[in-house]
Amino acid sequence: MTTDPILDVRGVRKIYEGQKRNVEAIRDLTFSLGSNELACIVGPSGAGKTTLLKCIAGLLAVTEGEIVLEGQQITEPPRGMAVVFQEYGRSLFPWMTVRQNVELPLKEKKLPKAERKRLVDEALSAVGLADVTGAHPWQLSGGMQQRVAIARAVAYQPHMLLMDEPFAAVDAQTRAELEDLVRNLWERLGVTVLFVTHDIDEAVYLGQRVIVLSMAPTVVLADVAVDLPAERDQLHTRSLPRFAELRAQVYELVQRAKHGQRPEQEGAGRTASVAPSAPEV
Amino acid sequence: MNPLGIARRLLMVLGLPVALFAVWWVATINSTSFFFPPLRDILGVFGDTWLSGRLLADVVPSLIRLLAGYLIALVLGVSVGVAVGSSPTLRAFVEPVLEFFRAIPPPVLVPILILFAGIGNGMKVLVIVSGCIWPILLNTVEGVRGIDDVLRDTGRCYRLGPAARLRHLVLRGASPQIAAGARQALSIGIILMVISEMFAASNGLGFTIIQFQRSFAIPQMWSGIILLGLIGILLAFVFRLVESRALAWYRGLRMSQRGDG
Repeated sequence: MTTDPILDVRGVRKIYEGQKRNVEAIRDLTFSLGSNELACIVGPSGAGKTTLLKCIAGLLAVTEGEIVLEGQQITEPPRGMAVVFQEYGRSLFPWMTVRQNVELPLKEKKLPKAERKRLVDEALSAVGLADVTGAHPWQLSGGMQQRVAIARAVAYQPHMLLMDEPFAAVDAQTRAELEDLVRNLWERLGVTVLFVTHDIDEAVYLGQRVIVLSMAPTVVLADVAVDLPAERDQLHTRSLPRFAELRAQVYELVQRAKHGQRPEQEGAGRTASVAPSAPEV
Repeated sequence: MNPLGIARRLLMVLGLPVALFAVWWVATINSTSFFFPPLRDILGVFGDTWLSGRLLADVVPSLIRLLAGYLIALVLGVSVGVAVGSSPTLRAFVEPVLEFFRAIPPPVLVPILILFAGIGNGMKVLVIVSGCIWPILLNTVEGVRGIDDVLRDTGRCYRLGPAARLRHLVLRGASPQIAAGARQALSIGIILMVISEMFAASNGLGFTIIQFQRSFAIPQMWSGIILLGLIGILLAFVFRLVESRALAWYRGLRMSQRGDG
């Protein structure tokens, strides 16, 4: 599964320096993603998921350790990475139409006009929005707005796609559709996806791997391989016995994380028996 | 819109002005007071006073000075406002000074500005700039500060360059507040246009109205005041037209948010 790692998170530590006291959000995170992998990160609220994602996106500087994308250490938002934020309503430019929103990053990449048009059209039809390109984001439903954000990410042609709880704010029906959309785009585009979520079902359904984080200061609690068939659909995959087992396994891990369990406090054997740890580099 | 709707809107817009003019007309119809001549006399001299020559000789120069001062204030206010709003350090450094200058009524600066800038057009434009710039600047600072963090992060993730960030993120994001400041500045600008011409001038609306007053041409003076009001309405209308086009997205966004809540 992991060939050459495209993303390498090595010994990352993040301390927020306040005026009175410092808060250690992430203690020591190490994992890597292979090319064209789809990994989910789950953890209880306050597990520093968003902090980690911002560090990987190059929006926050790490305190220790390093994050390497395609051989380049990340110090600022890298080329070849796109991010889909949870707050779709705040991440799209409200003064631009859907088309302009998707096209803006491509203009910045200095792509020729015809190329831009092709990419925008392809991306918008891939997310099923080919007929609302002239609308403004606020004229669309929440799910459609998130589709626009996904189209913008897809048109950007990233090698690495970060998604920060992208479907936390949409209704269940829309959510299921968007999950299938992500699987579908991932299979078609050959992009590596890191999907942060607090929803255990979603993590198991989407991922090839589920990385479970501890409470802050965060470490990797477990790295669970999801050995479900590659062909997944909402009805059948979710009713497989194996899905239920994996779901229960991850659920238990997240519960333990909530109660403050950390790998170094536990017997090393127990964590290891639950899941093989991440491939170390 | 159907004809009935148009009639209704016209009634709404024109009803009160027409009523007020009617009251003025009736109340002064038999007036013998030197200072409050009948409205009939005022309107009677309006055409002769303004439309024959003075429109070009006085009204146009006034408006050009207003426009120049207003545009300079707009450019300066927005540029400095963007700089101050983008940097917390700069903001902490200059904010007390900005508040100080804003608190000074611009008319008291006129005698001082005459010392520096003489009594020509430059002084009058400077007076207008000195008053108009504050609401624009301070509102721009607030607007830039208020731009959504997620939107800023989005801009960074997609590697928008400085020019695109300024044009597509900062200026557009702050534009509702910039417009609010620009609207306040417009009425301040009209006031200062008149005041700057009352001190030392050889033409202009303010100058002419003062001349009429000093030469006891009272109906002409009143007609000048009415003209000022009309210019104010016209400029506000033009402003609204521009604003409603530039901020159509903002109205839509607000309405959709209200719909959700």
